[in-house]
Amino acid sequence: MNTVIIQYNAGNIQSVLYALERLGVQALVTDDVELIQKADKVIFPGVGEASTAMHYLKERGLDKVIQHLKQPVLGICLGMQLMCTYSEENDTTCLGVFEEQVKLFKPSDASIKVPQIGWNNIGQLKTDLFKGVAENSFTYFVHGYYAALGAHTIATTQYIQPYSSALHKDNFYGVQFHPEKSAKVGEQIIQNFLNIS
Amino acid sequence: MLTKRIIPCLDIKDGRTVKGINFEQIRDAGDPIELGAFYAEQGADELVFLDITATIEKRKTLSELVNKIAHKINIPFTVGGGIKSEEDVSVLLQNGADKIAINTAAFLDPTTISRFAKNFGSQCVVLAIDAKCEADNKWYVYLNGGRTKTDKLVTDWAKEAVDLGVGEILLTSMNHDGTKQGFALDITAQLAETLPVPIIASGGGGNEQHFLDVFTKGKADAALAASIFHYKELAIPDLKQFLNKQGIAIRL
Repeated sequence: MNTVIIQYNAGNIQSVLYALERLGVQALVTDDVELIQKADKVIFPGVGEASTAMHYLKERGLDKVIQHLKQPVLGICLGMQLMCTYSEENDTTCLGVFEEQVKLFKPSDASIKVPQIGWNNIGQLKTDLFKGVAENSFTYFVHGYYAALGAHTIATTQYIQPYSSALHKDNFYGVQFHPEKSAKVGEQIIQNFLNIS
Repeated sequence: MLTKRIIPCLDIKDGRTVKGINFEQIRDAGDPIELGAFYAEQGADELVFLDITATIEKRKTLSELVNKIAHKINIPFTVGGGIKSEEDVSVLLQNGADKIAINTAAFLDPTTISRFAKNFGSQCVVLAIDAKCEADNKWYVYLNGGRTKTDKLVTDWAKEAVDLGVGEILLTSMNHDGTKQGFALDITAQLAETLPVPIIASGGGGNEQHFLDVFTKGKADAALAASIFHYKELAIPDLKQFLNKQGIAIRL
């Protein structure tokens, strides 16, 4: 199996690469359109700011490629947000795989910190991405923007309000949390993604 | 529900873990990679690695160590010690660190914070503050591993740093560090209640009750400790079970 990690100015590429290595998978990190299109599995990581990331994807022509991929694709954190239609972060038009909108967390009182940093539960789990993962398992989050609940929600997390901690449509999956940093639960989710055919 | 975090801290010197008692005495407490992996297995929520002899010659050693840690460990970790430039940060992040901690360099040139936040994102910029309560009952910022006093109040510096873009604050009370008599609850709560970023409390954690207090009375988002974990005086699973029973949101 040939697994590709899309290379762009995302902060967590190494962590994703090493997490795959721990599962015995040697992934290729590339921004080459042809190699991405030919891969069996594509991982679209992301840490950073939405408009800068979209700009970078446009420069490499990837903004016209990712949403048309046919093989299983997993977007992580900003990667998932960029697969939505629109992000409030610097008013950014995104790739449009998921219709859900990405919004800024608005704290209900001063004790609530934004961004959310730390371990939170994922619940109402759907699809094989969460096979063998217990309801309300903990995963690691770092984000100031969130995808609203919608038709493609396959995991829900509560922070200020319930939101989509994972999305799914056709061959596309997205997770808001960092499976590569979420201990055994995260490893299970990455393995499940690799098992999806 | 977002949980409170328990963070073991590993001080690194020449590739080995050490812990200074009151920043002076130093004892060897093991191999950082094995120890880090052990803590991750035990349920630590994050790890912090502080290189306390971060000289230029040792920089390469540190990045190699970070790379080995990143290969082995499946939870987030922060690396600090002597970080000054964008290149320092870039090397550590590229080797797999999730966050970097800055202290003296940020104080001497606060634009360091805004530059790092802009280039790497606030989420990976942790400001470490060494704080000491003086005879006037005010908390002052100390630099250079606690050796140099400044006239700056901790509350002022923390606020300034948040405005410049730090994503988290790691607050160490020098009065409490190494004492095992409990965390500095007042200054921790003061920062946690007034600033929009998470506060990691450090210094003085000696038993389960101290951790409970720093989360309830100190309002901390995370608590960091070193020697009590290294010398097995308190096991992370027991600590987390205790906190959970006391009604603290914790990852079990």
